[in-house]
Amino acid sequence: MKIETKNLNLWYGTFQALKEVNVAFQEKRITAIIGPSGCGKSTLLRVFNRMNDLIEGVRTSGEVFIDGVNIIDHAADLVSLRKQVGMVFQRPNPFPLSVYENIVFGQRIHGAMSKGALDEVVQQSLESVLLWDELKDRLNESAMGLSLEQKQRLCIARLIAVQPDIVLMDEPCSTLDPQATQRIEELMRELKKNYTIIIVTHNMQQAARVSDDAGFMLLGELVEFAKTEDVFTKPKDKRTEDYITGKYG
Amino acid sequence: MRKFKEYIIEKLILASGLASIFFVIVIFLFLLKEGLAVFKIVTPANFLFGKNWYPISEPPQLGIFPLILGSLLVTLGAAIISVPIGIACAVYIAEVAPVRTKEILKASIELLAAIPSVVLGFIGMVTLVPWVKSIFKLPTGLTALSGSIMLAFMAMPTIVSIAEDALYSVPRSHKEGALALGATHWQTIYRVLLPAASSGILAAVMLGIGRVIGETMAVMMITGNAALMPHSFLQPVRTLTATIAAEMGEAVVGSEHYFALFAIGIVLFVISFAINITADLFLHRKR
Repeated sequence: MKIETKNLNLWYGTFQALKEVNVAFQEKRITAIIGPSGCGKSTLLRVFNRMNDLIEGVRTSGEVFIDGVNIIDHAADLVSLRKQVGMVFQRPNPFPLSVYENIVFGQRIHGAMSKGALDEVVQQSLESVLLWDELKDRLNESAMGLSLEQKQRLCIARLIAVQPDIVLMDEPCSTLDPQATQRIEELMRELKKNYTIIIVTHNMQQAARVSDDAGFMLLGELVEFAKTEDVFTKPKDKRTEDYITGKYG
Repeated sequence: MRKFKEYIIEKLILASGLASIFFVIVIFLFLLKEGLAVFKIVTPANFLFGKNWYPISEPPQLGIFPLILGSLLVTLGAAIISVPIGIACAVYIAEVAPVRTKEILKASIELLAAIPSVVLGFIGMVTLVPWVKSIFKLPTGLTALSGSIMLAFMAMPTIVSIAEDALYSVPRSHKEGALALGATHWQTIYRVLLPAASSGILAAVMLGIGRVIGETMAVMMITGNAALMPHSFLQPVRTLTATIAAEMGEAVVGSEHYFALFAIGIVLFVISFAINITADLFLHRKR
């Protein structure tokens, strides 16, 4: 198991956003977490790289193991955790720097490399997100001038450059058009060979298309977790069935 | 009837808007008319770069170079002190301080901005000036350095509040992106937030400097007012503003001296205008 949670609870002040979540994610697969908005799926995702720490008044109980290490532990090293567990956000968020500087950002903060090595990282990362041909002559332009899809790809490239082994995706296609979405999904299938991917989405078709496993969340509870096929074709829980057949959501 | 009322109100608002433009133009024209007259007596080059300011000797020597240098020296000193502290303070308020400290700090900085400059000048005169005198073992503590330190206090509120605004308006997603890549808080601040807010911070600095260069009362009280070519921070200097304030009362209307003071006004106007335009360019620069 790559990631495993045990009796995970999380409160924002007095509001309980996660309730006794027990789940295990397997290595080098795409796992989708689906559910209506406000069900806690993004919160769960943000537990894995401790991004919830940024919000004041957050309390967590239970255990979360990544490669056997409990990351909820206060002694956990956030810098190396976040290096290992990367995140792609809902809105593409490149830094207002050049394309090149965006990609080498991680290298620069995690210890300098030679110029040659950095150039290589830039090329490899851009190639792996299929942006190299488009951007190889625009490396010194500001990343803010790229299209939305290019920005999102660049954010994925920036992440790959620090060589994480888990990639968290928080509705990565929600601001993209259908064609761009399709291309990002293809990219995810490609990345699956080397990375463990967890994607949060409210788009059930997307979950069905790209994921190997799927979890359904409702009101902070993980209602069902199984192979994607099974969740969509023979859900065990009535609530899952109602959601995927569109009775609410 | 209702239409008529609307019409009147609309025109009144228009008139108020035009009035402010009108007054600016009239003031500017007056300044030009009175100031440019000095160039009948002295060439612009001799006026700007002449080293002697003896406006009431016979014939008068109207070189304002020492005054320009005095202003620049005091401003430079104030900038050297206030810019790093101001930006650091803005970073602390925007990024580091807990909510409560943040509120207290912001309120006290606004309070600092509300202190009248004459009060600051007075405090400087009775505290700072004697310190400068004894620390550097000078014959007088009324120096460019004292002026710079005091003016730094006046520039700081502007710099802090505008820079803090600029930092605050950096999208949260930039910060999250950096932290999610494993950046520490400090790395996030100086690699992402500061560059992202750079145009706003530059504008803050320019506006702070603009405030310093136009300041009159405090500098007049504590810089010593000697219209000599300044050679260091530790000697008395006289600024453009202080010259006008100190001498306008005794200049005979229509004399060379009188016109020269107006011409100094033009120089000040040009400097402030340039600074404000630069600040504006930075503030509205599109990314």
